[in-house]
Amino acid sequence: MTTTTLSQSEARSILGAAVFAALIGLGIIVLTGHVQADTLHDAAHDVRHATGFPCH
Amino acid sequence: MFTRILTSALFAGAAAGLITALLQLWFVQPVLLHAELYEGGDLVHFGTGSTVTAHPDLPGFDAVRDGLSIVFTMLIYSGYALMLVAAMALAQTRGAVISARTGLIWGVAGFVIVHFAPGFSLAPEVPGVAAADVTARQVWWFATVIAAAVALWLIAFGKGWIAWAAAVGLLLAPHVWGAPEPDVFAGPVPTEIGALFAARAFGVGLAAWVLLGLLAGHFWSRETGESV
Repeated sequence: MTTTTLSQSEARSILGAAVFAALIGLGIIVLTGHVQADTLHDAAHDVRHATGFPCH
Repeated sequence: MFTRILTSALFAGAAAGLITALLQLWFVQPVLLHAELYEGGDLVHFGTGSTVTAHPDLPGFDAVRDGLSIVFTMLIYSGYALMLVAAMALAQTRGAVISARTGLIWGVAGFVIVHFAPGFSLAPEVPGVAAADVTARQVWWFATVIAAAVALWLIAFGKGWIAWAAAVGLLLAPHVWGAPEPDVFAGPVPTEIGALFAARAFGVGLAAWVLLGLLAGHFWSRETGESV
């Protein structure tokens, strides 16, 4: 890919890929940082505090 | 395209996450363990009339507990990296130049969005602090992060005063509205520990995000063949 202007279809494929990647990223953040299930909470406890997520 | 986003994000996220985990273990974890001595009642600093040492013996490296922390930190920053690189890819289609150098600015912006904006009213919590219901805090946290993300995108890519005014409004609104607060204060942890914890959490968070932005910009510019 170069810096020249992108075609409509290229831009649309980038948008689709970016949205998909961002959703996976969001899923990881929710799972590791926010789900309150005991096992996950205990395993991620210190990191949740250190990363500034609301914890218990 | 998706594979390239995934590759850049996982390299950047894993590397930044690993370094962040080590910084947290060195600078944040001892403060957290110290606070837990008060949370669990091993140390009490109110009403005893006695003086409590500010330098108690703390547990050392715990392979399971700290190992899990390292894994989860790498996961969290990989998750953030996926969103960051996705945003970089979109910005690039709109003419933004992505490199390790500009990645630094993306990193600072990421820190502001997910650490500083929510932490401004919902300060990083040391174990044992009094806090409102966790669900209410999580809802407020996500709303604030989304508002800050939109605001910084408008500041960076918006054109004209209306976009910038909207950005300022979005940055201020969650804090004018107010974060969920506890009804009473019940935290047993000395304020010195709480303040140090918040400062350390912010400091390591900033280092983490600057690193993440730099690495994400670097790997993404290599994927897309642009020079740094």
